[in-house]
Amino acid sequence: MKTFHLQIVTPDGLMFDGQAEKILVRTTEGDVGILSGHSDYVSPVATGLARITMENGDTKSAACSGGLLSVKGKVTRLVADTFEWAEDIDVERAKRAKDRAEKIMHTASEYEEKAAEIKLKRAITRINVVESIK
Amino acid sequence: MSASSMKTIKNRIKSISSTMQITKAMGLVAASKMSKAAERIERSKPYFDILTETLEDIAKDNKDFSSVYTQERQGRTCHIVIAGDRGLAGGYNNNLFKSLEIAEEDIIFPIGKKVLEYFNGKQIYTKVYAKAADIKISDCHAMGKLLAQSYEKGEFTRLKLSYTSYVNMLVQEPKTVSVLPIKVEHTKEGMRNINYSLIIYEPDAESAFSNIVPHYLSGMIYGAVTESVASELSARRNAMESASDNAAEMIDKLSLEYNRARQASITQELTEIISGAENLG
Repeated sequence: MKTFHLQIVTPDGLMFDGQAEKILVRTTEGDVGILSGHSDYVSPVATGLARITMENGDTKSAACSGGLLSVKGKVTRLVADTFEWAEDIDVERAKRAKDRAEKIMHTASEYEEKAAEIKLKRAITRINVVESIK
Repeated sequence: MSASSMKTIKNRIKSISSTMQITKAMGLVAASKMSKAAERIERSKPYFDILTETLEDIAKDNKDFSSVYTQERQGRTCHIVIAGDRGLAGGYNNNLFKSLEIAEEDIIFPIGKKVLEYFNGKQIYTKVYAKAADIKISDCHAMGKLLAQSYEKGEFTRLKLSYTSYVNMLVQEPKTVSVLPIKVEHTKEGMRNINYSLIIYEPDAESAFSNIVPHYLSGMIYGAVTESVASELSARRNAMESASDNAAEMIDKLSLEYNRARQASITQELTEIISGAENLG
């Protein structure tokens, strides 16, 4: 299959820079898949599972949240707030974060509740991503 | 020279060497934190390069000028000023403050305790993020959202970011960059570009922009904070190093003086004894 140049960055560093066959990302409008030769495209990214099919045909999963997905010419860039490969996710930590967020949700102010909701979403995504590769 | 002057010199040496111990320790602490901070800059660099590049690409090809984020509007400026929480870092805080140009009606978004102290009495946007050392990426996201909302509402119409950029261990420069509105330069080639309006925005250009701008802001702020922290640490390390050097030099001088005084008092005692013995004989 044809490949394209994919870059994935977060404030924690360059997570991926190389050729890929396909990338699947959850945008604010729903799941979007990009293949080689896609026309120029920009969309905000939501919290969810990301799937990348590598040059050799292997598929890797990751938990991804926030930022934007942009296709410009031959380069596709995923500029994310967080992006973790499934094998790097600390499930115990995610479970703890989930419990903590759930506790805060019902007792906190509106602003804190929103923040907790986002954290809960991230934690659940992380747990789901790890479970999906088992 | 009397025994009393010897005692004063000894006391001074003691106090200087205890000061030197402190400055040395502070220098070492800063140096060890330094390597971590430099690593953090290194790691986050590709993110900012790609983020700004992507945003510029989008802005350049954007035919939609209705977004408030690209419009010049009348009104006041909001300055995000990033400095340290503590002094004892040479000119780190003051160099930045001196470089600022702030109009009377402008509003300040302080990051760092020293900034809050310096702008005491000015209009402060929020005091929540006054501690620079604790700023995490999640805080930056919250700031980005907050600032984007205020900007859309027109509470301020320009956003500037002032921080100390980290050049290397010895050089740190105060810097002010304009963040909003995003300057779009439409060159003639750009206008003729056939790809001009072919970018697909989802859901649409306007909401894509307002969704992405907070991330852009938080990215910029996080980058500036990481650079400022590294700058502060290396400024402190350098200041402490020269303080320790000065202390060592002073101790050297004082020990010389002390030895001279001791020698002089011994000589004096000897002459007294000898002359006393001569008188007896």
